[in-house]
Amino acid sequence: MDLTFTEAEESFRHDIRSWLQQHVPAKSLRSMDTADGFEQHRGWEKELHADRWSVVSWPEKYGGRDCTLIEWLIFEEEYYRSGAPGRVSANGVTLLGPTIFGFGTEEQKDRFLPKMASGDEIWAQGWSEPNAGSDLAGLKTKAVRDGDHFVVNGQKTWCSRGAFADWIFCIFRTDPEAQRHKGLTYFLVPADTPGMERNPVGRLDGEPGFAELFFEDASVHESMILGGEGQGWNVAMATASSERGLNLRSPGRFMAPAERAVELFQRMSEARDERVGGVDPTLRDQIIRNWMNAQAYRWFTFSTATRLMGGGHMGPEASLMKVFWSEMDVEIHATALRLAGAQGELMGDAPDAVDDGTWMDGYQFALSGPIYAGTNEIQRNIIAERVLGLPR
Amino acid sequence: MQFAFTEDQLLFRDTVRDLLANECKPEAVRAAWLNPTGRVPGLWDKLVDMGVAALTAPEAAGGMGMNEVDLVLLQEEAGRAALPEVLIEHTAVALPLLAELGESAWLAKAAAGEVIVGVGVGSPYVLYADQADVLLLVHEDEVHAVPAADVTLTAQRSVDYSRRLFSVAWTPSDATLLAKGPAAQQAVVDACDRGALAAAAQCVGIAQTLIEVTVDYVGQREQFGKVVGSYQAVKHHIANALIATEFARPLAYVAAYAVANSTPHRGRDVSLAKAAASDAVDKAARMALQCHGAIGYTFEYDLHLWMKRGWALAASWGDASFHRDRIGRSLGI
Repeated sequence: MDLTFTEAEESFRHDIRSWLQQHVPAKSLRSMDTADGFEQHRGWEKELHADRWSVVSWPEKYGGRDCTLIEWLIFEEEYYRSGAPGRVSANGVTLLGPTIFGFGTEEQKDRFLPKMASGDEIWAQGWSEPNAGSDLAGLKTKAVRDGDHFVVNGQKTWCSRGAFADWIFCIFRTDPEAQRHKGLTYFLVPADTPGMERNPVGRLDGEPGFAELFFEDASVHESMILGGEGQGWNVAMATASSERGLNLRSPGRFMAPAERAVELFQRMSEARDERVGGVDPTLRDQIIRNWMNAQAYRWFTFSTATRLMGGGHMGPEASLMKVFWSEMDVEIHATALRLAGAQGELMGDAPDAVDDGTWMDGYQFALSGPIYAGTNEIQRNIIAERVLGLPR
Repeated sequence: MQFAFTEDQLLFRDTVRDLLANECKPEAVRAAWLNPTGRVPGLWDKLVDMGVAALTAPEAAGGMGMNEVDLVLLQEEAGRAALPEVLIEHTAVALPLLAELGESAWLAKAAAGEVIVGVGVGSPYVLYADQADVLLLVHEDEVHAVPAADVTLTAQRSVDYSRRLFSVAWTPSDATLLAKGPAAQQAVVDACDRGALAAAAQCVGIAQTLIEVTVDYVGQREQFGKVVGSYQAVKHHIANALIATEFARPLAYVAAYAVANSTPHRGRDVSLAKAAASDAVDKAARMALQCHGAIGYTFEYDLHLWMKRGWALAASWGDASFHRDRIGRSLGI
């Protein structure tokens, strides 16, 4: 066991830290779920890509640096510590990207990965349907073969980034006769596909963070199938494993706000406005618990990374991680809002807002965590059934 | 960054697991609850023979010269089996403390398995003080090694009947003084950290057993025509305990690494481990009892052997609140 970082890892940390110090915008960008904010965030992705920081763990030929998993975790720690903008490309580079590496043809890798890395093509996920949420295998949107094309009819919903994205990765039912999990196929769909309409839906925070997608005789070429016709469920589960585990939610994302909350506690304790009363001293314990949880997640992840680098695979234990990070994220932000007291409800442009309203923004975002990527109730079923072997 | 154990470390863990699976079955622990010593007769000698008991003593003193990273997996096994022994006090705490203070006479005998060293740091009560040959006790900034003949013991009965606890009355003297001053105080802090680390690892092991026996039970017990383990309410209780345990475990390993390598943050790393492990074992115990229902609430059923050890160790060597407070102070709040 060696829990120190190598010289190469330390030097990598130094490089990304310096780059971020020079490049992170002083003024925060507009929400990525607004039309102009989306393009601002695309611009940031291009800036990252220009210096090969957008997809550090990918091979160089696709725009990456061939980094190890450990180096990627270091990148993430530094990235979130620096206060850099959120990654509008996340659905692509952290979910679809690994899935294309696993299941894509060489042509698909060459076609999609470089533009995903550069921010030229931003991806959204189109899986859920009005009647297929937790029960994803119950999805009904049909894709029927017509020569070398498929004709798609149906509806997708809760498509994050879907209002502005350039491409959408979808699962459609290609064989209505086959049993639920069979007969599904994973498709890569251009957002300008004729016959596909998208309708922005306001998220909890009021921004059009979701889209509904309506398919009416939309035509998608067979070359846009990822992983083979009828293989959609297997391919989707590879994506889901990335989504639940360490790919989408690295420890750095939680260490940064947990540390900022410690600093907030110090600040609020010293300078709490008389009008709103003092800081509840019992919040100190919760601030410490949150900080501890971020550390626990960090070390669990390093342990998992060591195993994966030694040839291990990510299995149903990804569900342990998903429950842990999503509930930790809610707690970190909820505690900070309690510290802010009467100022907690103030939005960023209010004169008395604490930390530009980022705790309330973060809280609203965190509340989606226990719901998306398979609700935490589904994750607990998976833990009980596939990790512990309890009967269905 | 290589967060994994060596093949040898895992092999040693497996060997100890096999020994305890044979020699420390629940019926043996149950018997120890009611026997005069509170320990499993003959088992300590086997742990001495295997090199477990003196794992942390320097080779020059006749020990194995191994460190906390080697020991942490064995402490976890001790917890899994609810081993009623002095593996925290004697092995994890006393031997390194004697070595750190440059004591050699007791250390050699302890490393050889000829004596048992009781430990009075980190707790007002000394476990198995009635069977110790010498006790390491603290008076102000001094550490003393006091022969058993020179102390007066008062039994303090534990909810875990195998834990024979005593308060100790004694008089410091030059004859028993081992060390004093800042070095002695630092040695005591390190000793408390080693004890908390070992207790944390045992808590993780106990929590794991509580989960395993509960999974077994709810997989067999039927109500309303189905095994109760098929109901989501039961599954989610167990999943929550597993999450707490699986995220406490790496913290115990990190703390072991930190102590073994004397890193600057070792105290905080130990507190992370103990706070998380104390909470995990408490959560696992509550879950296990609830999922067992009334059978788990009986004295005859084995569940309480682990549950009560879990309660005891969660609170010893600093409970979760103590360690969270220590973390907070290290963070400047």
